[in-house]
Amino acid sequence: MQHLLSAADLSTEEAVLILDTAAQLAEVTDRSVKKLPTLRGRTVVNLFFEDSTRTRISFEVAAKRLSADVINFAAKGSSLSKGESLKDTALTLEAMGADAVVIRHGASGAPHRLAASSWTGCSVINAGDGTHEHPTQALLDAYTIRRHLAGGTGDLSGLSVAIVGDILHSRVARSNVLLLKTLGASVTVVAPPTLLPYGVDSWPCSVSYDIDSVLPQVDAVMMLRVQAERMQAAFFPSALEYSRLYGLDSDRFTLLPDHAIVLHPGPMNRGMEISADVADETRSVIVEQVANGVSVRMAVLYLLLGGMAEVE
Amino acid sequence: MSSQVLKSVHPFGEEAVDIVIDDGLIVAIVAPGSGVGDVIFECADLIALPGFVDLHTHLREPGREDAETILTGSQAAALGGFTCVHAMANTSPVADTAGVVEQVWRRGIETGLVNIRPVGAVTVGLAGKQLAELGAMAQSAALVRVFSDDGKCVHDPLLMRRALEYVKAFDGVVAQHAQDPRLTEDAQMNEGVLSGQLGLAGWPAVAEESIIARDVLLAKHVGSRLHVCHLSTAGSVDVIRWAKARGINVTAEVAPHHLLLTEDLVASYDPMYKVNPPLRRLDDVTALRQAVADGTVDIIATDHAPHPHEDKDCEWAAAAMGMLGLETAFSIALLTLVEPGLLTWRELADRMSIAPAKIGRVSDQGRDLAVGEPANITVVNPRARTVVDPTRMASKSRNTPYAGMELPGQVMHVFYSGRCTVRDGELA
Repeated sequence: MQHLLSAADLSTEEAVLILDTAAQLAEVTDRSVKKLPTLRGRTVVNLFFEDSTRTRISFEVAAKRLSADVINFAAKGSSLSKGESLKDTALTLEAMGADAVVIRHGASGAPHRLAASSWTGCSVINAGDGTHEHPTQALLDAYTIRRHLAGGTGDLSGLSVAIVGDILHSRVARSNVLLLKTLGASVTVVAPPTLLPYGVDSWPCSVSYDIDSVLPQVDAVMMLRVQAERMQAAFFPSALEYSRLYGLDSDRFTLLPDHAIVLHPGPMNRGMEISADVADETRSVIVEQVANGVSVRMAVLYLLLGGMAEVE
Repeated sequence: MSSQVLKSVHPFGEEAVDIVIDDGLIVAIVAPGSGVGDVIFECADLIALPGFVDLHTHLREPGREDAETILTGSQAAALGGFTCVHAMANTSPVADTAGVVEQVWRRGIETGLVNIRPVGAVTVGLAGKQLAELGAMAQSAALVRVFSDDGKCVHDPLLMRRALEYVKAFDGVVAQHAQDPRLTEDAQMNEGVLSGQLGLAGWPAVAEESIIARDVLLAKHVGSRLHVCHLSTAGSVDVIRWAKARGINVTAEVAPHHLLLTEDLVASYDPMYKVNPPLRRLDDVTALRQAVADGTVDIIATDHAPHPHEDKDCEWAAAAMGMLGLETAFSIALLTLVEPGLLTWRELADRMSIAPAKIGRVSDQGRDLAVGEPANITVVNPRARTVVDPTRMASKSRNTPYAGMELPGQVMHVFYSGRCTVRDGELA
């Protein structure tokens, strides 16, 4: 595997290997010296055409813990805004000797273009492209679910996960549906019909418009951020109505089985898709997801750049 | 001008004859071997057709000479077997005044490779707010008969009604780019299962079909002539078929790429496949081929849309929409329509020459191959197979979606008003 562009690129074995590797690497985080020499002398570029401080920092910490040199390249707008073009940026990074490019881009497919073009020979890691995919987010979600509900090993067979919110525009949802399916979990996406993509009935998941009927059946529920701008575009009548019909508040939380956990990729709109009370619940694992993100991204960098040798 | 003889050529794929051209006209059609003239073209096993007429070409001049010029576009047209092209109005400045259309028309005459018929904009600046001076363009030296805001839809129903009515005064036609703008905001590809997976905003078929449905009803109501550009969906075919069955005066075109390519190509995120209207499903391709065969779709029009390399060598969302078409149109028509038995050679001549000339009211084009007719003739070799090489194209741009594909058919010789513009597949 040279690139990580889509969660669909991963076989069950590869996905489990990444999660297992992440678990081993997580132990590094518990040491007093949080560093491995594995990627010493390798250069990882964080190429962010969209602001995302959280994801960028997560990749940066992951690369640094593996002793890679890290360059943060915040491109001032994409070629869409007549800034520096993706191609010229890629050529520049190639000339500087980058080994891996972690790319966040507002245009769906931009990482695919980068990987398929002759612009660069680097490994390309998709850190979120438009409304397409965000595979490392799905990996960290799967890692978190596995830790809590599957004993921290193997796949996610037999588990049931609901993804609630703006499925239409969510790269997190797309990657999660694909990866959770690969790992053996059953997935239900829940949203008003306007926020489900055309053709969702052919996705490898169930579809529901009714969160209350789904929550009692699931082991984990993932709440997606809903952008206020969707309201202006008539996807739903008002923030209040959305929150009333699809928000996870304390009352709805009681519908979940006692063992079920709550995930959110962040940043949260407290009071919109999730109430503050639920966000701060002990069964809400949102802060832990952030920590797991570092381990999973270490594993991806390690496996793409360092090869398959055993972790020391 | 010296006389020219096409030796043993098969008009419309029928019995071999010698065709003698002199002074811009076909002066004799005689038994093979008996034609006499100064310049001889050996045409054994080749097929003669009336020169192709394109109702939908973007020549980009004035304004985007980095993408194409009237000269390079004319060269591409000639090499593609065309003797007449209609130059779309979305130039800079927009062809919305008599001055601009006359400039394009004059440059066409100076270039002399094809008959360039300017298309006039329907609305000022293609802005969809106010009718352009359609009458002035019609009465200009360019004699504009086709009016289109192509690239943009004349969305305002009242404005569309007025345009349809107004052009009746000079036997004009409104060529509509059928695309509901609200239903296609930020749209990137055909809306379907694949657009959902790829995370690209969908371009629903209904955005095209609903405008066509409205327009055929308007055309019926005001008794006008309507032409619909680049049909891309099976549903659009149904609407046109419905309208024609009711005697509505509507004609329709399909672009070659919509007869061959499907949306699956978009999964590569290669912007070479980004086009307006978007590539659709296989069912749509099949319906469009059938519609050309049964005459529901009247013509093949290239929608030749050159773009400079930088506008395609980028991420999908940033890329320009459009594909080259002039130099490959015949091969695609051969591959998708003639070879599968959907069209005879005479029917192909109708779809690519006779019918488009009628719609555009180009009186000396799209004529029969007969003594006394203007010598606009394209001679093709249906058995040749060539691999498409963008670097060998005459167009100034390289955005062909067929690069590397082996396509059937080759345009061998082209005569425009008796002048040989292409000989042995090269510009003469």
